Amino acid sequence: MTNQIVKMTVNGEKKEILAEPRELLIYVLREKLGLSGAHVGCETSHCGACTVEIDGKSVKSCTMFAVQAEGAKITTIEGLGTPDNLHVLQENFKEHHGLQCGYCTPGMITRAHRLLQENPNPTEEDVRFGISGNICRCTGYQNIVKSILSAAAELNAAKEAAQ
Amino acid sequence: MITAAFEYHRPSDLAGALSVLEEHGDDARVIAGGHSLIPMMKLRMAEVPHLIDLQDIAGLKGITIEGGMVTIGAMTTQHELINNEALLSATPIIHEAALQIADPQVRYMGTIGGNVANGDPANDMPGLMQCLNANFTLEGPDGTRSVKAREFYEAAYMTELEDGEILTQITFSAVNAGYAYEKQKRKIGDYATAACGVLITKDGDKVATASIAMTNLSDVPVLSEAAGAALVGTSCDAAAIKAAVAAALEDIDPTEDNRGPVEFKMHVAGIIISRAIARAWSRA
Ligand SMILES: Cc1cc2nc3c(=O)[nH]c(=O)nc-3n(C[C@H](O)[C@H](O)[C@H](O)COP(=O)(O)OP(=O)(O)OC[C@H]3O[C@@H](n4cnc5c(N)ncnc54)[C@H](O)[C@@H]3O)c2cc1C
Ligand code: FES
Ligand code: FES
Repeated sequence: MTNQIVKMTVNGEKKEILAEPRELLIYVLREKLGLSGAHVGCETSHCGACTVEIDGKSVKSCTMFAVQAEGAKITTIEGLGTPDNLHVLQENFKEHHGLQCGYCTPGMITRAHRLLQENPNPTEEDVRFGISGNICRCTGYQNIVKSILSAAAELNAAKEAAQ
Repeated sequence: MITAAFEYHRPSDLAGALSVLEEHGDDARVIAGGHSLIPMMKLRMAEVPHLIDLQDIAGLKGITIEGGMVTIGAMTTQHELINNEALLSATPIIHEAALQIADPQVRYMGTIGGNVANGDPANDMPGLMQCLNANFTLEGPDGTRSVKAREFYEAAYMTELEDGEILTQITFSAVNAGYAYEKQKRKIGDYATAACGVLITKDGDKVATASIAMTNLSDVPVLSEAAGAALVGTSCDAAAIKAAVAAALEDIDPTEDNRGPVEFKMHVAGIIISRAIARAWSRA
């Protein structure tokens, strides 16, 4: 089948790429746009390592064709922070040992980011339920939950200070 | 995993979608959230030369509640169902059930229309829709028709939906009833080993009506009329629940798979059904 042009806004930048309809979004992000932050863990919609944000939804980008994202606004882990200017979530994962091998981390953090947009004051249970689509094989989740709760507190404190 | 090649269509209205379906017949299929279809395409269990994306069709979205009737557009996602306050007060069983489907990411994408049209006995919405006695509106080249959820399912992946038809909306009347959706699964994101939806209305301290439907315990969802009848007129005591469970187990036919042998599934089903009845009664 022929390639087609897909236009989308990725991390605030307008992108136009050529893709076959059957190309999965995760591969277009990683291989055509060079955004290798989102990982391929299972490729079968189970692990959440490929999670990105699309128009305000957390989506497993291995379970979406790139053509379906035509016109969409996408945020990947690269859009949240940079090595010199880490996002509060990234800072807290670092601080609280929210990662070991780091394979699940980009998906975990993009998911946590959306969760905090929708629920800025989550309980521990809310966090656990909210990240239940993301599998981590290293940490046992304890420190991931701690990192997210601590990031939420920090974000809320900053918001209050600004008011 | 690479799916077979296909041509991608993204019509902006229902007429456009129906005409692509008509043009390509068997070679065309609609995609809603894609979270059942894309995994099947990856495994090459589905090959779809013409894929019709319904996401731009505004008329297929949204939830309205008017005069006690609830209407849900086929493209409404599970995430939207969970977060709709009006739906939560009109029909709380949908909220309770939708939260037990898959995981957060899947619920942002998976739609109610895709869940009920898919025909997978493991999907949770079909049993729930039978419990609610919902109607499905189907639009095709010859116009619109309505099919009851209780008459829609023929066998695994075989439904009343004809080639060329699109399920556009789901309607049911909001009942003020005690409710429960109980599901046993191995982990979050897993389909049910056994699940059961129950709605009970009360007359004084007796059961007036009871609707009991089960998921993934046969090749189609099962509404057990006998189980409901066993509760009506009783005070939903232990003996009545035991009789209802026995009747429900008569109506199912689980098969052995990686969730366990038949004996285990019957055992789990019995526990889940009795919990669902007790919880629905406690809320009636
Ligand atoms: C990891 C994982 C776990 C899951 N766990 C559960 C679970 O526990 N319980 C559960 O119920 N589901 C579960 N699902 C399935 C999920 O809920 C699906 O999203 C849902 O079943 C199908 O909805 P969809 O919108 O994604 O449909 P799609 O995948 O787009 O479509 C499914 C089928 O329905 C057809 N279809 C879709 N919309 C229409 C329409 N409007 N008219 C006619 N035909 C239509 C398509 O052609 C296709 O054949 C899980 C999925 C994943 C990936
Ligand atoms: S790679 Fe997408 S869910 Fe695992
Ligand atoms: S840190 Fe290794 S998988 Fe999560």
